[in-house]
Amino acid sequence: MSDSLFRARVRAALADETLHVALGRATAQLQARRATAFASLQDPAAVRARARAGKLAALRTLDLQLEEFERRLVANGITVHWARDAEEACATIVAIATSRGCRRAVKGKSMASEEIELNAALEAAGVEVVESDLGEYVVQLDRDRPSHIILPILHRTREQVGRIFERELGVDWTPDPAALARIARERLRERFLAADLGITGANFGVVETGTLCIVSNEGNVRMSSSLPRVHVALLGIDKLVPTQDDLDAALQVLARSATGQQSTVYVSLVNGPRRRADATPPEEGPDEVHVVLLDHGRTRTLAGETAEMLACIRCGACLNACPVFQQVGGHAYGSIYPGPMGSVLTPTMRGLADHAELPQASSLCGACKEACPVGIDLPRLLLALRRATVAEQPIAPTLRLALRAWAFVMARPRLLRLLRRVARVVAPHLARRGWLRRAPGLLSGWTAHRDLPLPAAQSFDEWWATRR
Amino acid sequence: MSAERPLAGDLAREPRPRVVQLFPTCLVNELVPEVGRAAVELLERAGVAVELPAGLACCGQPAWNAGFVAEAKAVARGTIERLAATQGPIVVPSGSCGDMLVHQMLELFRDEPRLAATARVVASRVVELTQFLAAVAGTFHLAAVPGSFRPAVSRGADAGVDGNSPAPGETGTSPPPGRTRVAYHPSCHLVRGLGVGGEPVELLRRVAGVELVPLEKSEECCGFGGLFSVKQPELSGAMLDAKCRALEASGADVVASCDSGCLLHLAGGLARRGSSIRTCHVAELLAAALPSAPPPLSQAPASPPAAAPPP
Repeated sequence: MSDSLFRARVRAALADETLHVALGRATAQLQARRATAFASLQDPAAVRARARAGKLAALRTLDLQLEEFERRLVANGITVHWARDAEEACATIVAIATSRGCRRAVKGKSMASEEIELNAALEAAGVEVVESDLGEYVVQLDRDRPSHIILPILHRTREQVGRIFERELGVDWTPDPAALARIARERLRERFLAADLGITGANFGVVETGTLCIVSNEGNVRMSSSLPRVHVALLGIDKLVPTQDDLDAALQVLARSATGQQSTVYVSLVNGPRRRADATPPEEGPDEVHVVLLDHGRTRTLAGETAEMLACIRCGACLNACPVFQQVGGHAYGSIYPGPMGSVLTPTMRGLADHAELPQASSLCGACKEACPVGIDLPRLLLALRRATVAEQPIAPTLRLALRAWAFVMARPRLLRLLRRVARVVAPHLARRGWLRRAPGLLSGWTAHRDLPLPAAQSFDEWWATRR
Repeated sequence: MSAERPLAGDLAREPRPRVVQLFPTCLVNELVPEVGRAAVELLERAGVAVELPAGLACCGQPAWNAGFVAEAKAVARGTIERLAATQGPIVVPSGSCGDMLVHQMLELFRDEPRLAATARVVASRVVELTQFLAAVAGTFHLAAVPGSFRPAVSRGADAGVDGNSPAPGETGTSPPPGRTRVAYHPSCHLVRGLGVGGEPVELLRRVAGVELVPLEKSEECCGFGGLFSVKQPELSGAMLDAKCRALEASGADVVASCDSGCLLHLAGGLARRGSSIRTCHVAELLAAALPSAPPPLSQAPASPPAAAPPP
């Protein structure tokens, strides 16, 4: 992604008034709800610390944890597949579908599947895919991309969703969320009953029991994972927690951080396919459960200075808290993972070369770190990526030169004093009423939006010298 | 965070330090020396002698935040070495530069054991100005801000380069004497970096005639972010606009903060909008409220100073 592309998206987002309305409504509400939800915990800091410890424990010995997880899954009757990258993951899931004659898939919300662009791969193989999460359903109808990892249509107003339904489903326009949900529910019900393949992500994989934990609010995950005869769960290798205790802590902070709920409406624990098809009444659930463990750059993140980022539980709290995200929304980031977490995750997983601009899209205000329920020091990680960018990537020569010159002067107080005198002579000629309205070079970025003050007539150290 | 650093709390206990080092920071030194002068005045009124270590310029934060390690080190090395050669608390009138000295230096020099040790010693001595003043608050008096008070950063908007003519559209907006509506901008690195939350507000509350007005989303970043403001002008400008709108809605006459970077950014944005809101460092407001004839220091309250800030 080039600098100009990123900034062009930022400019487009900033100019979009409707987007501003949608972002303002949603992020303010989410932040308020999150604060209230955490207040319901007796000791929020302790729960957050437990959640963090669980994730970090899994990451410290990830190779061993993954092997143990695989053994437990297999013992539970689950088939395990490993995928190095998007291509392998898509090929694996397509092969599962086609070899079992599956033609109609329903999907629960899964960011990993967005990451590998699974829908396109399945459709190319003749498998019809329907997103069953309401937000993702709207995204799919609109041939759009999710703009938030928890609320895919955060960038849409309900009025716009009404228009999309009107256009794509031939229903009368309504901005009423309940009416829109009812329409979607009716359409999706048919799809659930007809589906022969259910695809979901997973929020957590519990190593000690070989359990998948998937949370949702709409019941669609439960139906996707239990109605079709084949269930495929796709999860990144970073999704592990060692024990059920760790899962407990993680769940307590996830719902609170993501949607401000004390718990999601549904918490599905998948322990394998149905065991006894011949029982009366017959056990429910799929005939087969497959787990696809996805790397796709995660080992790269784990090996670098930003390994801590893999503790992320994808709650989206850092997006909602981020003043940059609040201004531009998710699409401006040009990645499926937006906001502070995405600005670390995307360059480390996909490489800095194409995403060097993302770590720059932060004022390092620290609101993300404060919001993160597992205490990821996002500003520190963004700084590490900025250092890597300067060390490894092409840098605008003007910026490099400007910083070298600045450092040269700042390390030489006498030179600084000399330049100060020059500036005092030159700057007032360019100023109006004590402010510079246009400055050259790097400073033009400053004067594009604000005036620049003139250097003081007497600096502090000069005043100090007169005082002694 | 401040919890790891007992110094600010220790200040409240006797014996108080009698000498402090002032690190004015480059922005204050070059652009708003009034802030440094206010700091000196306040510290001396609090009964401590102020020293200015020779040869200080900048902490190196602009380069560090942009990822330029060599440039950051070139600037920071001299700063920490000069500071390390002095004694007593190092008072910094900036949350951002304070955070650089307290937290970031250790990471900057992590591969150079000698300088890392120097950075650690310096970090343990650094106190942000209002943190220091709040800890020794019982030792000086604050009266009222005079109606003639003009903060430094707004000097351009206030008086032309050649005179005192007010800018157009700004006539009749100066606050009546004895009553200034102040919106406090808690800067990010001060609050989230150094953990200094209530101290500046407590100090401002002691000033007669200062009416603190609530600011919506006050803890949200103003969009300055050092080089962020010039490298991402659209994002920084949009965040600035949001903050300016909130300030205008607050009804404040003055926005006060402990970081001159934020204040210059806000002042520049407010000036561009033609707003009459002035920006000012908390120290300037406090210094303006120092009574002209203070009681002799020996008569300053002998009772223990205000409680230490929470860790």
